[in-house]
Order: sequence, then C-alpha cells, then structure tokens
Amino acid sequence: MDIKPDNQTIETDGTVAAPTLQAVGIVKEFGTLRANDMIDFAIKPGEIHALLGENGAGKSTLVKILYGSLQPTSGEIRWRGKPVTIPDPAAARRLGIGMVFQHFSLFDALTVVENISLALEEKHSLDELAERIRTVSADYGLPLNPASIIADLSVGVRQRVEIVRCLLQEPDLIIMDEPTSVLTPQEANQLFVTLNRLADERCSVLYISHRLEEVKQLCHHATILRHGKVVAECDPQQETAGRLASMMVGAEVGSVSMKGAAGEDLPTRFSIRNLSLPRPHPFAIALQDVSLDVRGGEVVSIAGVAGNGQDELFDALSGETTAETADAIVIDQTPCGQRGITARRKLNAAFVPEERLGHGAVPRFSLSQNVILTRHGTGEGLVRSGIVDFAGAREIVHGVTNEFDVRKAAPDPEAGELSGGNLQKFVVGREFDRKPGVLVVSQPTWGVDAGAATAIRQALVDLARAGSAVLVISQDLDEILEISDRIAVISKGRLSPAKTAAGITREEIGLLMGGADGKQEAAGAH
Amino acid sequence: MHIELTRRPHRSTAMALASPLLAIALTLVTGIVMFTLIGVDPGKALYVYFVEPLTAAWSIEQLLIKAAPMILIAIGLAFCFRSNTWNIGAEGQLVAGAIVGSVLPIMVPDWTGPLVLPLMMIMGIAGGMAFAAIPALLKIRFGTNEILTSLMLVYVAELLLDLLARGPWRNPEGLNFPDSRPFSDGQLLPVIFGDGVRLNIVFVLVAVAVAWFVLGRTITGFQISVLGQAPRAGAFAGFSRKRMILIAFLISGGMAGLAGIAEVAGPIGMLRTTVSPGYGFTAIIVAFLGRLQPVGMLLAGLLLALTFLGGEGAQFELGLSDQTTRVFQGMLLFYVLACDTFIFYRPRIVRSRTAGATAATEPGHGSS
Repeated sequence: MDIKPDNQTIETDGTVAAPTLQAVGIVKEFGTLRANDMIDFAIKPGEIHALLGENGAGKSTLVKILYGSLQPTSGEIRWRGKPVTIPDPAAARRLGIGMVFQHFSLFDALTVVENISLALEEKHSLDELAERIRTVSADYGLPLNPASIIADLSVGVRQRVEIVRCLLQEPDLIIMDEPTSVLTPQEANQLFVTLNRLADERCSVLYISHRLEEVKQLCHHATILRHGKVVAECDPQQETAGRLASMMVGAEVGSVSMKGAAGEDLPTRFSIRNLSLPRPHPFAIALQDVSLDVRGGEVVSIAGVAGNGQDELFDALSGETTAETADAIVIDQTPCGQRGITARRKLNAAFVPEERLGHGAVPRFSLSQNVILTRHGTGEGLVRSGIVDFAGAREIVHGVTNEFDVRKAAPDPEAGELSGGNLQKFVVGREFDRKPGVLVVSQPTWGVDAGAATAIRQALVDLARAGSAVLVISQDLDEILEISDRIAVISKGRLSPAKTAAGITREEIGLLMGGADGKQEAAGAH
Repeated sequence: MHIELTRRPHRSTAMALASPLLAIALTLVTGIVMFTLIGVDPGKALYVYFVEPLTAAWSIEQLLIKAAPMILIAIGLAFCFRSNTWNIGAEGQLVAGAIVGSVLPIMVPDWTGPLVLPLMMIMGIAGGMAFAAIPALLKIRFGTNEILTSLMLVYVAELLLDLLARGPWRNPEGLNFPDSRPFSDGQLLPVIFGDGVRLNIVFVLVAVAVAWFVLGRTITGFQISVLGQAPRAGAFAGFSRKRMILIAFLISGGMAGLAGIAEVAGPIGMLRTTVSPGYGFTAIIVAFLGRLQPVGMLLAGLLLALTFLGGEGAQFELGLSDQTTRVFQGMLLFYVLACDTFIFYRPRIVRSRTAGATAATEPGHGSS
C-alpha cells in the first residue's frame, strides 16, 4: 500500500508538515507468531485516527510498540519525520506521546492529585499541581476535584483523571485504548467533544476501538488490521458500519437469529427478590433491594457501566456470596438464597463468571480438571465416593471442544495455554454441555472474536428458546440489544425494573446507566 | 548488562525434576567453598557428611529412625502448602503430640495392656491437631497471619514441655534429672527391624500411600490444589477456603503429633525437656525438596536425615559445630526455592537497554 502521497499535509502557509507519527514496516514477532507484519501507517497533526481490528489482530502490540512498552523486531518509527527509538514509556512521554489505558492504572485509596503526581517525572509541589489540574480539566470541559479520592469516583470520572494526566504533559499524540467501553453513551459524547477540541488544537489522537458507530462519528481516518497486517485504510465517515465490520473480520459477519421471541405466559424459573447485601470490602458496591424474574424461554440482560455492582451481583446469584434470606434467590420454586453454589448447581443452574482465568478456570489446571471444577457436585457421576473420574472429564472436554470449536494444541492442555477467545468458548461450553435450566452469564463474549461471539450469542438464545431461563450481565450495549427479550440496568448497586427490549432506545438505557434515580453526575450533564 | 527472567509459555517439566537435583549440586559446591574457607579438607568433610553414614548397618538404621518423623510431618505439611496455607509450627505440634501422648504412661505407668499403645498414638495425634487448631481458628476468625502464630506457638509448646519435664512430671526416682519416668515396654512402639527401627516406619509407608491416593485421585486432593492455586476459582467451585484452612492444619498437626508421640514412645522412651532436634522445621525442607509429592518427600526425608547423621559424625571426627548441619539444611532450602523459579521462568542475559531488540514485556500484559 502506497502511503506517501496522502500522509503529508499542506499547511495553510504552503509548507508541508510531516506526519506527527509514522510507522514504517513495523514487524513484531513472538516466537513463531507474527503479531505485527510490515505495518505502515501515519497520523497527521490534528487527526483522529482509528485503529480497528478484532481481538488478536495486533492492535495492542502495535500500540505497545508506539508507547515504548515493546520493541519492534524490525521497522522504523518516525516522530515528526525523524526516525526515533522509543525504549520505554518514559521516553514516549518525553517525545510527547500520552496514553489512556483501557484498564486504569490508578490507586483507589489516593486522591486525584496524588495519583497524577505519581506519574510526573519533574519535581512539583502538590498545591501547584492541584491548581493546574483544576485549570486544565475545566479548560477541556472535564472538571475534576483534585482532592477527591479515586475510590469515590465513577468509572467515567476515573477515565477523566487518566485523560487529564495525559493532558498535563502537553502531548502531541494521545493514544486511547477502547475509551468508551466503560462509559455511558452520554459520557462518551462528552469525551468526543473533548477529543474534537484536542484535534482542533493540532493534537493527534490514535483511537482504538471495535465500536464502529462511534468510529464513524468521530474519526477522520481509519487503519484496519487483520492477522497483524494492514488490510485497509479508509475514511470511516464514507463507509457503512457493515463494510467496516467485514473489513475487520475478512468476511460477512453473521447475525443472531431471535426466532420465536419469548411469550408472556412462561413460567418463572429464576427469581431474585429484594436482594440486599452490604459491600464486602471498602472499594466494592453494596447491592440494594435487587428484584428480577427470569422466565423459562427468555433472555434477560442486565446492562450497566463497569463497577456498578455487577461482580457483587454475580457472586450473589451464583451463591459464592449467600443472601440473608432464603427467598432472595429462587430457582424453579426452590428458595436457595442461603445455600451455596454447589446446591444451586444441583438445582440445574449454571454460572459463567466474567473473569475466565482464576475465577471461571484455574490457569495451571488441564481442561479436564477444569471440568471437575464446576461439575464435581452436580450428581453426574464425575465424583463417586470421593474419587474423581478424570477419564470421564476428558470425554466431556472432547465433546465441549468439538461442539464449540475450541482450538487447542494438545488433547487436554492447561487452561492458561488457550487463547482468551478459545478459553471463553470452553468455559461457556462447559456449562451448556449440562443443558442447564437456569444460566447466569457475565460478559459472555468479552475478548472473543466476532465470529465466535455470534456463535456464543446464538447459543444463549437457543438455550432460552429450548425452555431455559438465561440471565446475561454485560457491559456491551450492542450485545444486549442483539440478544435480549427484556433489559434491566444496574447502577450503583440498584437494579432498574426490566423493560421489554423491543422499542427501547440507547438513550433510555444510557440515562438509566448514569443513575437509576435519574440524576446525572454533575460533570456529565450538558 | 543485566539478567532478566521471562515467563515460559509452559511449565517446564524437565526443570521441575531437575530443580531439586540442581539444588543439591549447588549445596555441595557451596559446602566445598565453605569447608575450604574454614580450613577443613572439603573432600574429607563431604565424605564424613554424606558417605560415611551409609557405610555401616547401624547407621543406616539410624538414618531410617531419623527420617521417619520428618517424612511423617512433611506429608502433613504437603496438605497445607499445596492449599497455600502456611503451617510453620509443626515443631510445636510435634511437642504437643508428645506431651498429650505421654499422659497415659506418666499418669498410669502400670497400665501396659494392648490398648494403651493405640490410645497413646491417638492422643498424640489429637494433641497435635488441637495445637494446630489454634493458628487455624485465629486465621479463620480474625484473619491473623498463620505463619507468625504457628511459629510463635512453637515456643509456647517447648516452654510447656520444659515446665512439665522439670516440674510435675519429673521422675520421682530420677535423681532430680529433668526427665519423666521411663515408659514401660508395653508403652513403647515395638522394634520391627534390626536393633531400633520401630513400628513408626510402617506409619510412614502407609502415610505415603494414603497421601498419594488422596492428593492425586480424590475430590479432597482436588479441592486442596484448587484453593491453593486460585482461591477465587475455589469459591466458584463451591469449596470453602476457611474449611480448608482448618482441615489442612488438622491434618498437618495430627501428623506432627503422631511423629512426636512416636519419638517419645520410641527412640527416646521418656518425656524430656527436648524431644526433637528440629524435625518439625527440617520437615519444611523435606516437603519442598520432595516437590510436595509423597514419594519425593520420602526420598528427601532420607537425604535430610543424612545431614543430621553426617552432622553428628562431623562434630565427632572433624570438630565442626552442629550449626554446620543447619547451614547445609538452610542452603538446601534456599537453593531449591531459587531453582524452582526456573520452572516457570527462563533467565536471559540482556546486554544493554538501547540495543535493537529489547523485549521487556510479553504480549498481553500492559505496562503503565
């Protein structure tokens, strides 16, 4: 792909400006895997440049190379036309590259100013820094109180802290990794205002996302990666989301069939009644009076921004945390609020947590051992008089991996050796294999490529249509709108009443995500 | 230039086997350096330590006698360490077992019927369990650090033993020596082999077999590994971490108690102010050197027993302090733990930071 002609900008005074950053022939190899294969691209001053690709396409590797966390095997990085090496993130910051991470690197127990102070290299006084934070954040429409403790802030405001931390270093390029995955639609719009303002000030933005609608709305240019290679460059505003998606995946993306939508007169199979739980530790969320019924035959989803009590709710539903009253959780007419996860599994309920490694599976255990993990107490004969039937577990592994197309290098590898997407297919398939009457699943397609995500979503819908109650906790609004019959929203540990999915708007859900009581947080209001 | 550790994609099975052997080799090399520095012929010293005890029948018997308590304790500790529970106080639980097990022979010296020995063993196990329950319950109820509490309780048990042996339980016919009355024949474990190898060697073999089966084949063993490696996944599997802490402490305390009563109702034959040369601590080394695997611990126990015997020979023939033995044991633990790092990590020498390819992080891990 010839990129020379259009990566130079003719300035108004007639001079030619070099791209802020240019990558030439970047190759990165991990052993035999080529994570980046001859990548060329350039970001112009003041451009919001999207980097699109599926999980595993090489986006993270490329970004880490640009930010100095990784060194390329070969290739060259040019900063304003001059070749540079970026040995570490500190060097990247000195050049003028800032980065806002998908997973925040903030200390919960410290204040905003203390957190930002830790990231700065030059000497400074906390008071002066607090004043600068106040000015800069207000200036960009991202107001922050420097004295707030991080733990008390919503996820959207925490992201604002990360952004302001970048802005204080007066960068010429900001890299944003999936910034809207933790934001409500309203918060995302606020972020776009700030990014456009930065672009107007000739700051470049490298914007990594798989949300095509917002890329179309925000970005001036897009580079699309697949299997470590640049497969296309385009102006996203001239393309449809469907065309962008097929460029990312390399094929048409299937959609989930919602045939035979759930009717009204179905029996309730899983019910949550006035469930309240105190917060288990100071940085957790208390559940307040959560009630919800899920009927056999339907998929009900719980939307919400990360950190609003989803983890605590999942633990309470699975029985890892028990409730104070038996009636708080009822599975097929059996109250089991005070009974643990094994008792609930015996009632033919199944659970898939968000975190695959360390929660849903033991990384250093083989897949067959991980089958035992959730199915030792379900009365399937995998454990007889205390003795484990590992051969039986291996047969289940064989069945699950065939059914869900889990790619693995050995017949029974350790869970930690599978890629994230394949492990997700395994932990979901492990539960589907039992044909559960009730399934509670958190973030079912997190980190899974588009093809596999469609397969998992279809399996969820099919399970429900076969008569099971399926409850999905997800932060992915597109996913929720695709598969749900009814939708509830969790915010600060409270659950809104479930609404029929047909006819609900994103804005409606977004408002509920920002606070079920209807009040938005001060800075989000515009 | 510096050395970096990079994570291996897979656990290295070869390194898992090589690690204890490498540790033994490094210990011997360091031993040679140490002996050279203090002016002892290293060839002779190593011969006295590691070869001479194996040249006579009586010393091989001694080897088995000394190895038995350490292997018993190590097997109990393996249940703890595999479940990520840290019982460092097996020495105290050994002493508690010795005290409680000695109640019958000291209080009822004339009872020598067939029931008394089994009862003494059961009481010894119960004593060890009860003493181990203290740090377990403190951890479950108050979240105390079990390493500290179990270790500090060792001194409590030792001082209690000292008090009993000097005070109320002192032999009235014993010329004021701080010993209890000697146990009668019916209160001692029978000799089953040679001059002094007693029934407890059978306990060891049974314990190895049972531990191998329980750890490898049963849901209890599975539970222990899950909770040890991934507590969150353990909760998801429906296993209780608190229950496991108690079970692990009770098993290891019971085994240590059994080892304790087998010592006083065996080679010692009475209760004294000290009943163990530190078997409870050395068993920690046995457990790790033996990879927390029952058969491995059997072999490691024999090796550590060799250091005790060799240490006695070295005092005698070379005039070396018995601290030399402790140094050997300490080095062995240090090296085996250090070598274990290479099971999951590969060392790499990196020449300088600015040279071409310096991949400092692996894919999939962000840096910030």
